[in-house]
Amino acid sequence: MRLAAEALSGERGGEVIFSGTSFAVACGEALLVTGPNGAGKTTLLRILAGLLRPAAGRLALDGGGEEWPDVGPACHYLGHFNAMKTALTVEENLVFWQRFLGQARMTVSEALEAVGLEDIEHLPFGYLSTGQRRRAAIARLLISYRPVWLLDEPTAGLDRASEGRFGQLMRGHLREGGMIVAATHLPLGLEGAGELRMGEEAT
Amino acid sequence: MSETANLTARLTALANPTRFLALAGNLVPWIGGASALVLAVGLGMAFAAPEDYQQGITVRIMYIHVPFAWLAMFCYAVMAASALGTLVWRHPLADVSLKAAAPIGAVFTALALVTGSIWGKPMWGTWWVWDARLTSVLVLFLMYLGVIALTRALDDQSRAARAAAILTLVGFINIPIIKFSVDWWNTLHQPASVFRLDGPTIHPSFLWPLLISAAGFTLLFLTLHLMAMRAEIWRRRVSAMRRMSARAAEGKLAEGQAS
Amino acid sequence: MFALYLREVRLGVRAGGGALTGVLFFLAVVAVIPFGVGPDLDLLARIGPAVLWIGALLASLLGLERLFQADREDGSLDMLLIADGRHMLALSVFVKCLAHWTANVLPLVAVAPLLGLFMNVPPVGLAAATLTLLIGTPAITFIGAVGAALVVALPRGGLLVSVLILPLSIPVLIFGVAASRGAVAEPDPFLPPFLILTALTLFFAVIGPAAAALALRNAD
Repeated sequence: MRLAAEALSGERGGEVIFSGTSFAVACGEALLVTGPNGAGKTTLLRILAGLLRPAAGRLALDGGGEEWPDVGPACHYLGHFNAMKTALTVEENLVFWQRFLGQARMTVSEALEAVGLEDIEHLPFGYLSTGQRRRAAIARLLISYRPVWLLDEPTAGLDRASEGRFGQLMRGHLREGGMIVAATHLPLGLEGAGELRMGEEAT
Repeated sequence: MSETANLTARLTALANPTRFLALAGNLVPWIGGASALVLAVGLGMAFAAPEDYQQGITVRIMYIHVPFAWLAMFCYAVMAASALGTLVWRHPLADVSLKAAAPIGAVFTALALVTGSIWGKPMWGTWWVWDARLTSVLVLFLMYLGVIALTRALDDQSRAARAAAILTLVGFINIPIIKFSVDWWNTLHQPASVFRLDGPTIHPSFLWPLLISAAGFTLLFLTLHLMAMRAEIWRRRVSAMRRMSARAAEGKLAEGQAS
Repeated sequence: MFALYLREVRLGVRAGGGALTGVLFFLAVVAVIPFGVGPDLDLLARIGPAVLWIGALLASLLGLERLFQADREDGSLDMLLIADGRHMLALSVFVKCLAHWTANVLPLVAVAPLLGLFMNVPPVGLAAATLTLLIGTPAITFIGAVGAALVVALPRGGLLVSVLILPLSIPVLIFGVAASRGAVAEPDPFLPPFLILTALTLFFAVIGPAAAALALRNAD
């Protein structure tokens, strides 16, 4: 499987903020999208997820077969928001996403253990601190299987220990033949990851 | 020196709900027992009381309807007093008292409306007439529901407490105005053709059972109110402890990483 | 899909008592009418079903603006959009509407007979008004979903939803009131307007979610 983008350009509010961006990610590879604020990292990820239409260019997931015909259905998208309901418990939130997303992989309790939240699964999500909320959202990546992980500032709000743990989870995903595209300012602990610098021509 | 005084004051404030819990825990069985006893006597007398020569057996519903209506107002007065306690003295229990009283008051008001309606059916021929008194009680019921909705809508306890207190007090000040305007509205539309119970004379054989059952229901209200306050305090503690356990889980994780 | 329904109902019941506010609003609207028109029981009985319908219509518009806004604010909406291939978006919207109706509008239908008593509506009229509300209010929710989806990106869309939706829900109101009046007033028929009301609900159950899904996909 191979995620390929050719001459993509994206616009926000009618203004083209990047153009001619091409890259390819194969199985087991990661791509770090870096660049200053406003360079279009989030826009690029939302285009990859199918949430926005590209202004120009082509985007394809080659060799996904019938199961993963396109990037959207084949991806986990971890955006700025955690997509969890504060009134439900951590467990209820994750059980819902597992049933809704399908392709169950880890059980909810295994995933919570992997992110170090196993003691507080019964608490309402609203009681959690920012870092704990982020880790609960990361647990969503683990409960159902998607080959492509699209991560937008995934480590925002995480402390050093949790960052390390998350790095391990990402390396595990790559070892199993997954792909990662992450917008980030920080090294995520992924050796050999490609880098896509955005907003270069603007400066 | 001032630091220790400060600390003592804070400790008293903290200990207050705890002492209240113990005190209320001891009190509840006694008041509950007393209310059961008085209610048994009052309702027993109510059934022994003679029937009204006009209304027949239907008059017996008066012995529960009038206490319900009395409690509907009494409970609102309790809430208004609690609201003052919250706003003026910032007493931690005042807010609990207000929040606990609102649903009980709403239920008593609803019961007053329902029993009034049941009483009215044979008298008026319909379940409901827009009689001044009933209408005022209906408006009171709406105000209770408003306070309940407000206490439930806000997550932050202290903000919810102050908002509910302000609403309760504004409502309390408004009650005479509402009562007056509803009376005026009603006399405007309806000449005094509606049946009214309250004459200048109420025979002692009706009055005694009525007073005793009113006392019994008041005791019942106090019991329920104390129990609801205890439940509310426990609920807040559970919520605080769950928040604490979220933080504690974090601490444990950090320790685990360090070792 | 059933998981989505369960989650939405659970949220509707647990978070902030939205259903209670709706019922309270309904109660207040109905209770205020006699102060305006006077306590003439015959008059109230005549306008009762219409008052119930208007009250229910206004009350059911109350929570609509949050239908998608809450999901947008916490990022859940993105997940629903991405999952389009697995669960068709229009179907997700349909399920969300059903859940919203169960948690917020069904209680209104449940208290309608009680409020009808205040208006001195006869028992047959009560039954008819409740039945028509039960059949007709889903249509309002389905149209409301379109409005909610259109204003999802606006910070203060609440009032706008009502303004957009009210003209669209007029047919539902017309046939709902006509059917409930038909059950009481002798020459007027009950069944024809009731069947048209049912048809309207089924029609909007298809059109509403599809249009809302289209609006959501173009929201940003």
